[in-house]
Amino acid sequence: MADRSRIELALGPCLFNWPADRLLDFYKRIAAEAPVDRVYLGEVVCGKRMPFNDPVWPEAIEALTRAGKEAVLSTLAQPVNKREREILRQQASYDLPIEINDMSMVPACSGRSFTAGPFLNIYNEASLGFLAGRGAVSWCPPVELPLESIQKIAALVPDVETELFAFGRLPLALSSRCYHARAHGLRKDACQFICDRDPDGMDVATLDGRRFLAANGIQTLSDACHFAGLAAGHLTAIGVRRLRLSPHSVDMVAVSGLFRRFLDGLIDAGELEAELEDLNLPGPLCNAYLTGEPGWKKTAIRF
Amino acid sequence: MTSMTDNRMELVCPAGTPAALRAAADAGADAIYCGFADETNARNFPGLNFSPEELAAGVVHAHKRGAKVLVAVNTFARAGDIRLWQNAVDTAAACGADAVIAADIAVLDHAASRHPDLRLHLSVQAAANTPEAIRFYTETFGVKRVVLPRVLSVPEIAALNREIDVETEVFVFGGLCVMTEGRCSLSSYATGKSPNLTGVCSPPDHVDYAEDEAGRMKARLGGFTIDCFENGEPAGYPTLCKGRFSALGRTGYLFEDPVSLNAFELLEDLAKAGVRALKIEGRQRGKAYIAGVVGAFRKAVDGLSGGADASAAIAALKAMSEGGQQTTGSYKKTWR
Repeated sequence: MADRSRIELALGPCLFNWPADRLLDFYKRIAAEAPVDRVYLGEVVCGKRMPFNDPVWPEAIEALTRAGKEAVLSTLAQPVNKREREILRQQASYDLPIEINDMSMVPACSGRSFTAGPFLNIYNEASLGFLAGRGAVSWCPPVELPLESIQKIAALVPDVETELFAFGRLPLALSSRCYHARAHGLRKDACQFICDRDPDGMDVATLDGRRFLAANGIQTLSDACHFAGLAAGHLTAIGVRRLRLSPHSVDMVAVSGLFRRFLDGLIDAGELEAELEDLNLPGPLCNAYLTGEPGWKKTAIRF
Repeated sequence: MTSMTDNRMELVCPAGTPAALRAAADAGADAIYCGFADETNARNFPGLNFSPEELAAGVVHAHKRGAKVLVAVNTFARAGDIRLWQNAVDTAAACGADAVIAADIAVLDHAASRHPDLRLHLSVQAAANTPEAIRFYTETFGVKRVVLPRVLSVPEIAALNREIDVETEVFVFGGLCVMTEGRCSLSSYATGKSPNLTGVCSPPDHVDYAEDEAGRMKARLGGFTIDCFENGEPAGYPTLCKGRFSALGRTGYLFEDPVSLNAFELLEDLAKAGVRALKIEGRQRGKAYIAGVVGAFRKAVDGLSGGADASAAIAALKAMSEGGQQTTGSYKKTWR
């Protein structure tokens, strides 16, 4: 019983264009030191990055698996060309747990189990129930979905494990245009991969200097760093089985250690927040998507 | 309608009010799309959209003019309240709608299982842009037409059409989402409301204008300055992705200039690419706008099959575009 209610930790896929050696070092350290149960990895944002980071995954998966962590292949959120579609087709047949982030993958994954990622538009119990019938065993809701809705869905589709996006800049939008290239006066087809200059995304501020968003190639994220400071009992009551921590250049071993200690009741919500703020976060903390308010705000979460 | 040849593209026009529906039908729309006055459609703005009675009357009027009526039930159903979205589909069918436009699996599943004879179109909000995604929707729910997200160039649309066996519809005029439709939560980040959650983007009840010390007007959304205008300069509406921001020490339109889409020059290419229907955005627009735009595009489509040249009529639309600037958007690869 106690084990069943233990909230697990997952590390989400790295959304940023980190060089291959940095990625490999990162996953080796996560394997050796981070108290996470599951690690999603793979290129999710831009297919153009794949030739650079593809060689990393087999070794990273091996290191993580050897360390007793479940490695899950997370897949491209917006496939466009033939090459990307072919990659998705191949990935669906790998003997490896998989997370799908585009409906393109549903037919190829039919008959096998998969995680429904946060880039899929699953906003209610009927759409999650439908995907459960196609093999979804776990889902991470879209980041804007409030806890009230997540709780209803989790209660009505109890066979699918619910994983809450719990740390990191919020992935807010995808486009076919590359904003990194545009900001640098380049085009997507000749982007020079300049998104590698911003390991946490490119800061975007308003004209009066207020921090606002972060660009990451074709993706736009929040400037603020979302966190779900919900205690284990609270999460269990909502139906959440696992928290997802999204990788940033901040020490993710420290971040995952703080969440583990918080979930185990060794520190309280105030201490979690204070200790996170002491780290080199990509932006100020926010959490108000959880209560259905504007996502950038920080609010008291009552339950 | 009976005179339509197989390769003539259908002109699909917006209506936010019964008056706009009549204006579109009278101006030569082949089909008119509209939605109910609630959060089931992606233009959930105050004072817009149809009651069931208005829709039923609108269907009668449109059918008399030879136009179809397509009902958008194209937001994502709220958890625990799916009945509202299912009812919208049921009502559309009861009103005699020619098709329902939907994006949510929950809504598509309900329509396909309860109304097998009702034609289903896949909304742009579903963001299906690969043959695999499109086949998923056509094979699972019997979708007959897919409205393509604005991420593809014309050659890519042509290649896509060669791989799928379903009609495609593309946007040709009006407001332009810079982000992939249905995959954007920027609006809720600033305001708590978004297309997927509540059917609105950059909602007016979260907009305010404030003068700064230098007399410039700040246009704000949810308290964030989206653009700033010099004294005397007309202050535009703060649509989040069309604002000016600062990055890398420079300021500018980071995502997109305040432009709107006009793909008139590409109509022939779109026809050759196998596109079946052309869509005009603007359910929030008044009947004069609808009449002008629909009339011009009626001429443009007819011009492709030997009708009069429509360039002058299309050029006259420029004054109606947001900021007076136009783009062909993602249809040309260089936009990316």
